Amino acid sequence: MTRSLRFAPLAVLLLLVCALLWRVTHPQNPVVRSRIVGQPVPVFALPAAAPSKPGLASADLADGKPHLLNLFASWCVPCVAEAPVLAQLARRGAVIHGIAIRDRPEDVAHFLARHGDPYRHIGSDHDSRVQLALGSSGVPETFVLDGRGRIRFQHIGPIAAGDVPVILAHLKAAQ
Amino acid sequence: MRRRFALIGAARMIFAGCALGAAMPVAADSSVPPAEWANRQLPDRRAEAKAKSLMEEIRCLVCQGQSVADSDSDLAGDMRNLIRTRISAGDSPEKVRAWLVERYGTWISYRPPSAPIGWPLWILPFALLIIGALMLRKRVRWGRRS
Repeated sequence: MTRSLRFAPLAVLLLLVCALLWRVTHPQNPVVRSRIVGQPVPVFALPAAAPSKPGLASADLADGKPHLLNLFASWCVPCVAEAPVLAQLARRGAVIHGIAIRDRPEDVAHFLARHGDPYRHIGSDHDSRVQLALGSSGVPETFVLDGRGRIRFQHIGPIAAGDVPVILAHLKAAQ
Repeated sequence: MRRRFALIGAARMIFAGCALGAAMPVAADSSVPPAEWANRQLPDRRAEAKAKSLMEEIRCLVCQGQSVADSDSDLAGDMRNLIRTRISAGDSPEKVRAWLVERYGTWISYRPPSAPIGWPLWILPFALLIIGALMLRKRVRWGRRS
């Protein structure tokens, strides 16, 4: 064994310290992305979430036109910030369907009255079944689906005004 | 004198209570009650045991670091409900785990699959031991007195 090999354990220790320091300064990304982007939306049929709107079924998402599927809730604070941006997307031609997660009809109705209603259909997911089937990890999240009901893109968190061009581009690509 | 201390004690309690109330997070949580099987055990004991061992190995999505069995969050309750419902309907724990992994990745299961990328972790301790023994070969007289 050569003399310089005695420094091998020290080198290993230094490597370990560097690796730990790197991880401390570059923490792991806590965002959980859905793994089924690119696959067809799971089959579901949800009852109406608000008295004024029909419920949502997966068949509604495969009618030949691209859609935005927005997961929201009346108790979700960032969803309030997202509401005007969704209205803007609806004005620019996006067809938006909603799924209200763990929500009561009166609360959903109150939320829509207060913050605007860009949705065509809203399904009520009272036990997060469809949310879990979509690989979603929280609200708000928005999926871009193509005309055949295939998930093309997932946006996690509220849609900011700066994200609108990206979402519209994905919608256009999903034509 | 004693009455003044009692008043101060009462005032302290009230202050502590208010401080605790103010410190609680604003309820950004659903008002819908927990799902049916979120907090109830399955009547079939064997199914419940299978469900429980799976719940302890599935990571909670919102409070990462806790298993679904330990977490208090609504989504964890819904995941427990999903697991219990599926297992009592006859799905094996591995099938339910695979369903979740298909949607969230291997990250969601505490029992990682034995992919080739993990082999160095297993081999490394033995390799280090062997390297150490080789390095000490000349230094240590194994059982022989000179």
